[in-house]
Amino acid sequence: MALLKIENLSATVGGKEILKGIDLEIQPGEVHAIMGPNGSGKSTLSYVLAGRPGYEVTGGSVTYDGKNLLDMAPEERACEGVFLAFQYPVELPGVANTTFLKHALNARRKFLGEAELDALEFVKALRKKAKELNIPDEMLKRPVNVGFSGGEKKRNETLQMAILEPRLAILDETDSGLDIDALKLVSEGVNALRSADRSFLVITHYQRLLDYIVPDKVHVLSAGRIVKTGGKELALELEKTGYAGYEDEAA
Amino acid sequence: MATTDTVERVSALEAEKYRYGFSTDIEMDFAPKGLNEDIVRLISAKKEDPEWLLEWRLKAFALWQDMPEPTWQKPDVPQIDYQDVYYYAAPKKDGPKSLDEVDPKLLETYAKLGIPLKEQEVLAGVEGAPRVAVDAVFDSVSVATTYRKELESHGIVFCSISEAVKTHPELVKKYLGSVVPYSDNKHACLNAAVFTDGSFVYIPKGVKCPMELSTYFRINAQETGQFERTLIIADEGSYVSYLEGCTAPMRDENQLHAAVVELITLDDAEIKYSTVQNWYPGDENGKGGIFNFVTKRGACRGRNSKISWTQVETGSAITWKYPSCILQGDNSVGEFYSVAITNNCQQADTGTKMIHIGKNTRSRIISKGISAGRADQTYRGLVRVLPNASGARNFTQCDSLLIGDKCGAHTIPYIESRNPSAQLEHEATTSRISEDQLFYCLSRGIGEEEAVALIVNGFCKEVMQTLPMEFAVEAQKLIGISLEGSVG
Ligand SMILES: Nc1ncnc2c1ncn2[C@@H]1O[C@H](COP(=O)(O)OP(=O)(O)OP(=O)(O)O)[C@@H](O)[C@H]1O
Ligand SMILES: [Mg+2]
Repeated sequence: MALLKIENLSATVGGKEILKGIDLEIQPGEVHAIMGPNGSGKSTLSYVLAGRPGYEVTGGSVTYDGKNLLDMAPEERACEGVFLAFQYPVELPGVANTTFLKHALNARRKFLGEAELDALEFVKALRKKAKELNIPDEMLKRPVNVGFSGGEKKRNETLQMAILEPRLAILDETDSGLDIDALKLVSEGVNALRSADRSFLVITHYQRLLDYIVPDKVHVLSAGRIVKTGGKELALELEKTGYAGYEDEAA
Repeated sequence: MATTDTVERVSALEAEKYRYGFSTDIEMDFAPKGLNEDIVRLISAKKEDPEWLLEWRLKAFALWQDMPEPTWQKPDVPQIDYQDVYYYAAPKKDGPKSLDEVDPKLLETYAKLGIPLKEQEVLAGVEGAPRVAVDAVFDSVSVATTYRKELESHGIVFCSISEAVKTHPELVKKYLGSVVPYSDNKHACLNAAVFTDGSFVYIPKGVKCPMELSTYFRINAQETGQFERTLIIADEGSYVSYLEGCTAPMRDENQLHAAVVELITLDDAEIKYSTVQNWYPGDENGKGGIFNFVTKRGACRGRNSKISWTQVETGSAITWKYPSCILQGDNSVGEFYSVAITNNCQQADTGTKMIHIGKNTRSRIISKGISAGRADQTYRGLVRVLPNASGARNFTQCDSLLIGDKCGAHTIPYIESRNPSAQLEHEATTSRISEDQLFYCLSRGIGEEEAVALIVNGFCKEVMQTLPMEFAVEAQKLIGISLEGSVG
């Protein structure tokens, strides 16, 4: 059974139709990449999957792990294991990174009927994962994303993913803004999480990322539709030709 | 870091819904309803006042009768029927000699309150309980005083004010009404006439009080006004941190609360006064709830002395409260850290006055106001620099956070500087919880109410950090509880 099955999904934002009939199926353990021009609807798709208010589904369905994803509240989706690494992570003044992560993790554990982690265990696990992503302790104490550089924000999103261990991780341009070393670390972080029952939807503009995180499938999203699907070689091809050939197909 | 840990402990909010609404059925010994000279005399007799105190009360009462209600505040205060209020209520028994004699119902009440400070253990005399001394005010009479022995060994006096009148008459007579005269305002005047209890603290020269001193106030008798009077004196070079917290049972009738707190610091002394105020705020439609008209003022009489107020105000239907500092001594410092939350139909008019009299006096005001529902809130602050206060400095920061679009927040800073060398800074912001922030939390599995509590606690962090550890946990929970139902 597919972990995620999107059928003929359409959605509007601010009254404007952005997604115009998306079909996408991701099996457990698979990594899918989505590429496509600016404004084609990649982030919109990720927000619709995460349940962002204001993103109105006007048709189609999304089945996640056999359940109707669109019926669930955003926090329920997260607790069920859907994670979105934001293209533009949000700042939470005064809320310590550690505190935020602990609330998030305990919310999920509570939902799953597991006991909350005690403070010591949590901090130990957090430090270990932060170290792997080269995130200093000091950043864990700082308020969430406040004053973080672009790359630090992206690493912080990756850290959240590593802590929350989602079943479906949607990474929206997590590679943008990362320096070369950080790109490696983040990719290693993702690869370390790859497993037979965990899937990834990786949104990117750059083939480079896919050298590190090798996808099973690559989709091209253009003007709200998936206009081409292929293997990892499709990304290489796009790098050479750009999207010129696809914009007509979408129209 | 302590504050991080405590922030982390903010969870399980669902379970905490205003469960402070219940009342304990302990037989009350009422004086008849209403106020006249006889009632003042009766209270004075019940408290076994000395002659000078009775005279002081009577003078206050005489003045009060013709005194107009304050009208300059923003909240609409309904006409108060002062003749429909009990002015004296006390548990029927005489004060217990030890905790074993405390009415088990009272201990039960504390249990139900979920008092977090391990105060219960302290009250119950459990070995190894934290060293927080409690002078519990149950309605109007102190029923338990702990750790008195240890405090006594340092020469510290911590007792009910009526006891202090008997044991330390010279101190009480010298300082009572010296910071808040009975003529100050209508509410303070009423308090002077009818106050029944409250705390008295004296820290002798050079003594750092070895523990936090704490009082829980709790209204427990129907339609019983609360007229607490607290007097804290920090003698030269001494230090004390004092905690005041309160919860109230659910009521339909509006209840009047007019407390007075006076603080005095002499040379090089410091008082840190922290309050968590959670009186019953009324229901969603504004029915019931406490009227909290409090006069709190501190006088930095000595050089290099310091008074620091921290308040977390989440309760009451109407809050009218301006903890202030009179900075008389050269180099003295006044601080005011405030979080005020109003939800549903609550109204708050709160702030501070910093009166700079001495040279090089400094003050700092950090106010965080959160308004939700149909609530309305005003920060009202005065910074006054008198001609001799050369080198005076003030920094004021007032931030308001709005939740929803039916609430209001107003910032009214008054600044009067009569010394050209004074440096006064004022910053103010108004913001809303953004959809982005809320969704970011939701997308991490955090529910809406918990998300709001997190974000608001973040907004208030600068103030919450100034609270003593034991209080911070409760205060953070309260922030979550008081904002329940404000989104969605
Ligand atoms: N609130 C809104 N009202 C109207 N249009 C909107 C709104 N939000 C987004 N859009 C439009 O929806 C389209 C898709 O945006 P989206 O962010 O999904 O693109 P994207 O593929 O992620 O682009 P990028 O590669 O630049 O990140 C854009 O044209 C954008 O302007
Ligand atoms: Mg995008």
